[in-house]
Amino acid sequence: MGALSVAREGDVAVVTFDLPGESVNKFSRKVKDEFAKTMTALRADQGVKAVVIISGKPDGFIAGADITEFVAAKTEDEFRKLAREGQQFLDALEAFPVPIVVAIHGACVGGGLEISLACHWRVATNHPKTILGQPEVQIGIIPGAGGCNRLPRLIGLRPALDMILTGKNIRAEKAFRMGLVDELVAPPILRSAALAAAARLARQVIPPRRPRGSWLLDRSALGRGFVISQARKMTVGKTGGHYPAPIAALEAVAYGLAHGTKRGLVHEADLFAQMAMTDVSRRLVEIFFAATNLKKDAGVPAPAPDPRRIERLGVLGAGFMGAGIAVTAADQAGVSVRMKDADLTRVGKGLKAVADVIGERVKRRSLTRLEGGKKLALVSGGVDYRGFLRADLVIEAVFEDVEVKRNVLREVEAVTCPGTVFASNTSTIPIARIAEASQRPEAVIGMHFFSPVHRMPLLEVIPSAKTAPETIVTAVAFGRRMGKTVIVVKDRPGFFINRILAPYMVEAGHLLKEGVAIEDLDRAMVRWGFPVGPVTLLDEVGLDVAVKVGGVMREALGERVTPAISLEALVASGRLGRKNGRGLFRYEKGKKAGVDPEVYSVLGVPGGGGTVKDTVSVTERLSLAMLNEAARALEEGVIRSPRDGDIGAIFGIGFPPFRGGPFRALDALGAGAAVAKLELLAARHGDRFAPAGSLVDLAKRNARFH
Amino acid sequence: MSGTNGRRVAIIAGCRTPFAKAGTALKDVSAVDLAKHAARELLVRTELDPKLVEQVIFGQVIPSVLAPNVAREVSLLPQFPKNIPAYSLNRACASSNQAIADGHDQITLGHADVVLAGGTEALSDVPILHSRRFAAILVEASKARSLGKRLGILARTRPRDLVPVTPAIAEPSTGESMGQAAEKMAKENGITREAQDEFTLRSHRGAAAGTKDGRLTAEIAPFFVPPRYEETLASDNGIRGDSTLEQLAQLKPVFDRRYGSVTAANASPLTDGASAVLLMSEEKAHALGLEPLAFIRSYAVAAVDPGEQLLMGPAFAVPKALERAGLTLKDMALVEMHEAFAAQVLSNIQAFESKTFAREKLGRSEPVGQVDRDTLNVMGGSIAIGHPFGATGGRITTTLANEMKRRDVQFGLISVCAQGGMGFAMVLERR
Repeated sequence: MGALSVAREGDVAVVTFDLPGESVNKFSRKVKDEFAKTMTALRADQGVKAVVIISGKPDGFIAGADITEFVAAKTEDEFRKLAREGQQFLDALEAFPVPIVVAIHGACVGGGLEISLACHWRVATNHPKTILGQPEVQIGIIPGAGGCNRLPRLIGLRPALDMILTGKNIRAEKAFRMGLVDELVAPPILRSAALAAAARLARQVIPPRRPRGSWLLDRSALGRGFVISQARKMTVGKTGGHYPAPIAALEAVAYGLAHGTKRGLVHEADLFAQMAMTDVSRRLVEIFFAATNLKKDAGVPAPAPDPRRIERLGVLGAGFMGAGIAVTAADQAGVSVRMKDADLTRVGKGLKAVADVIGERVKRRSLTRLEGGKKLALVSGGVDYRGFLRADLVIEAVFEDVEVKRNVLREVEAVTCPGTVFASNTSTIPIARIAEASQRPEAVIGMHFFSPVHRMPLLEVIPSAKTAPETIVTAVAFGRRMGKTVIVVKDRPGFFINRILAPYMVEAGHLLKEGVAIEDLDRAMVRWGFPVGPVTLLDEVGLDVAVKVGGVMREALGERVTPAISLEALVASGRLGRKNGRGLFRYEKGKKAGVDPEVYSVLGVPGGGGTVKDTVSVTERLSLAMLNEAARALEEGVIRSPRDGDIGAIFGIGFPPFRGGPFRALDALGAGAAVAKLELLAARHGDRFAPAGSLVDLAKRNARFH
Repeated sequence: MSGTNGRRVAIIAGCRTPFAKAGTALKDVSAVDLAKHAARELLVRTELDPKLVEQVIFGQVIPSVLAPNVAREVSLLPQFPKNIPAYSLNRACASSNQAIADGHDQITLGHADVVLAGGTEALSDVPILHSRRFAAILVEASKARSLGKRLGILARTRPRDLVPVTPAIAEPSTGESMGQAAEKMAKENGITREAQDEFTLRSHRGAAAGTKDGRLTAEIAPFFVPPRYEETLASDNGIRGDSTLEQLAQLKPVFDRRYGSVTAANASPLTDGASAVLLMSEEKAHALGLEPLAFIRSYAVAAVDPGEQLLMGPAFAVPKALERAGLTLKDMALVEMHEAFAAQVLSNIQAFESKTFAREKLGRSEPVGQVDRDTLNVMGGSIAIGHPFGATGGRITTTLANEMKRRDVQFGLISVCAQGGMGFAMVLERR
C-alpha cells in the first residue's frame, strides 16, 4: 500500500500523505520515489491547476526523515547521495509548473520543514501541536535537503541561524510572525483554507513576500559577514569546540548566501555527509535511540503490570526540593498537588517557589497567563495531612534522616488509602531501611530527583527488594509524565548518579590537595565536555550535602572514596556553597565571582594551590575515576544496562553527550587501554584506581559494553 | 421541608478564607480567587472526591464585570471536572445564605445529591465605572469608521465626564445609605449609644475568644498572600479583643455627627473574604460515611418597605422560618444573627420580644420570643469578624453548624438582614 493518495477538488489536486502502519509520517527514499511519481503524473494532467499537500495523520505533518535509513548509510558518498537525491526532488517540487500549497498541522520538522520550504505557499494551524523546526544539529548533522539554503532566504539570516544552529522548535503563531508560514488558520478549516489558497494561486501569481530582517544585517554582504562571524564566535563558545555540526551549518548557510542556491546546495550536501560521518553524530544518534527506547521501558521485565493512574499527589516538605517536585508535577503532569510542611511560613515559601517557576514560564511566554493560573491553582499547601486521604502517590522530601523519613512514612500510611504509593526522594538512605517502618513495603519506592527539579531531566527510580512491580511501573510512568527521563536503579548506596560522582569528587579532592588550582580542575573538565567542573558542581550541590553523601559513600565503598580533603572544615568555616553565597567560589549577587583564595588554607593545601599544572593527568584521573566506577556499578547490577548508565550520566550530571555516556566512552577508549591506564594510575596513586572486574573481563575477551 | 416536602439536606462542612478589612491583607486578591481558595480548601478538608459535586452556587453582591459568574469560575477549578454547572446569585447580604437555600432546594427536589454553595466579596476591588456620558462616548468612538471621526467623537469629552462613579452602599430606591438606615432605626427604636457599644464590645470579645481557643480559626483556611507569599493570614484581622467601652465611647458618630449613635466601631466594616459550604442529601452523606454537622430544617425570606426601617427584614423572616419548622424561638439552643450594625441587631431583637410588634406587624397575639444573650453569636459576629457581603451567610452557617455539633444541641437559628429591606432566616437541626 502506498503512502500517498490523490483526490481532485475541482482543478486542485489534493495529495494526502499517510504512511501506513506508522503513527507519524516520516520521509524516506521510498516515500520520495512515490512522491516523485505522483507529481510527474500530476504534471502531465493539464486539468490540474494547483496542488495541495496535506497529512493524513490526525496530529502530525511530517516528523522528519526516516532515521533508520540515515543510520543504514555507511560511507560519506552514501550520505552525500542521500542528501542530493532529497535536494533534487525538492528542486523539482519548487519548479513545479503549478503552485503547490502545503497544509501543516502538527509537527513539521527536519525533512518535513524542508519539503514545506520547497512548496509555494504554507498554511498552518494555530494549534499548540503545530511546531516547525530544523532539529538536525541535535543529532550532529545539518539540514541537508535544502534547509540551509531555503530557510535563510525565506525568513532572513538571523532567524534562520537561530533555528538551524539551536535546533529549537517554533510554535505556529511565531512561525507566522516570522514569515515561515503564510497563513494561520483554525484546525477544522485547514484543508478548506489550503484549497482556497490553491484556487487563488492558480488564478494569480504568488504575491512577492516582504523581505525579512534588516537590510543591513540580513541582506547586505557586509552585515551578513558580521552576523556570521558573531554567530561563529558564539557557537564555538557554546559548543566548546566539541560539536562540529552547528559550525558546519553556519558554513552551509554562509556559502549558499554568497554563492547562490545551486552551488549552495552542493556544498550543503557535502557538509551534511561530512557531519554524518563524525563520531559525534554517531554518539548523538545512539543517545537519541537509547532515550527513545528508554521511554518505552516500563521499568520491569515484561509482562509489565499497568501503572496506577496518578491524579492526586501529596508532597511532604515544602522546601526547595519539595516545591520543585510539586510544581513540576502540576506543570508537566497536570495533577492536583497538596504540599505539607511543619508551619505556615514554610508552606508559604514553598508556594512562592512554585509560583516563581510558573511565573518564569509565563514571562518567557512558554505559558499564557491563564495557563499559568490554572497550573498554579493545582498546587495548595497546609500544615496537616488533610487532603492526603485521596492521594494516589505521596513523595516525601523532608530532612535527610532515616528516623524522620520513617516517621512521615508511618504518618502517611495512617492517613492514606491502601493503594497509595509512598516515594522517598532520598539521595543517601537505602529505601529498604525506610521501608522497614512500613505496613505495606510493596508500595514503598525511591524517586530521586535532582535539583532544581523543574530543570534537571533525570529521575532515578529505586525499588527495594520488597517493592511490587506495580509500584515500580507507577513511579516510572509518573516520572515520565513529569517530563523526566527515568532510569530504574538498584537500592545500593548512592544509587547510580551519586555512586559515579563519589570517586570523581574524591579524585578532585586529591588533585586539589596535590596543588592543582581550583580553576584548573574545573577548566580541565569543562574542556573535556562537562557543562561545569567538579568544584563548581560541589558548590551547586552544597557542601553540607556533599559531606553527608560522602559519608554514606565511604561507609559503603570504603577506602577508594576516602576524601583527601576535609569538606567538614569548609562547612565549619561557614561555606555551604552557592546556596549561602559562600563556597569554594565567592558569589556576588548570586553570581560566581572567582575562587575564594582562603579555601586553600582552610583545606591545608601547601603552597596555596596552583603549584601543579598538568591538565592531561587531571583530565585522565578525573574521567577514569568516574568511568571505572560506572563499570563497577554495572557489574553490581546498580543499573540494568550500559544504556541506562549512559543516559543516566548524560541527563543526570551532564556527562559530555558527544562522548555518548560512560560506557560509550569506555568502548571508544577500548577496555584494554582503559585497564592499562587504570593500572598505571593505581601504581602511581593507589588502589582506588584498581580497574573494575567487568572492565578487566572485557579487556581479556577484547569485548565492548555495547 | 423537615423531611415532609422531600429529602433532608445535610451540612457536611464549611470553610472560609480569613476575613480581612478592605484595603488590608487581601486587597490585591480578586473575589474569584478568594472564592476558589475557600472552595478548594473545603475539598481538601472534606477529602471529597471532586467528581461528586453536581452543582456550584455562589453569592456575590458586587460582581466583577470581568467574571460576573463567580460560581462558574469556582467550578472550573482544575480539581473539578469541567462539567459541573454553576450559577451566581444576588440576595444582597444574604447571598450565600440564599446559595445554601438554593442548594438545599436542588437536593430536596432530587436534582442533585452534592452541592457546593458559598459566597465571596472583594470590597477592596469594587468596579469603578466611567460616567454614563463618557461611556457613551467610548462606545460611539469604538464604532467610528475612521481615525478622524474617532478623534472627533472623543473630543466631545468634558473634564466632568472623567469623574469616576463608585458604587455606593445605598438603597437605589430611596437613596438612603445603610448607615443612615441604622441611624434611623436606632432613633425610632430607642437603641442607645451605650447599648450599641456594649453589643460591639461583646462581638469583639466573643470573636477574640473563638480565635484564641481555635474554634473560629478552625473554620478558616489560611491564605498565603501572593505574589510574595510572605504574609500568611490565618485569622480575621479586624477583631479587637482588647478594646474597651471607653475607647468605643470616644468615637464620633458617622451619619449624624450631632445627635447620632452609629459609629465606625458599632457597624460592620467593609471586608474581603469568601466562604464555602458543602451540602449533601442525607442518603448520600450516609452512603459516603460522612457525619453531617447538622441538617437544614427550614428557611424563609421576607421583605419590608425600604422606606420604613430598612434592616427590619429578620423580624419578619424569623417567625416565618420558625413556623415552617414547627418550632419556636425557645427551641433554639443557639442563635446566629448577622451584625450589620449593633443598632440593627438590637432593633430586631426588640421586635422579636415586642407584643406590639407581633400584634401590629405580624398579626400574632404573642411575640416571637426572647433571645437568650448567652446563646447569641457565641463567637462574635460581623461587627468584629467583618462582613464581606456575599460571604457572610456561609460563615454564619458554618459557625452555627460547628457549634451545634460541639454543644450537641438540637436546634439553631440563623438570621440575616439584607439590602432592599429583606431578611433571611434558617433553622438547622442536629439530628
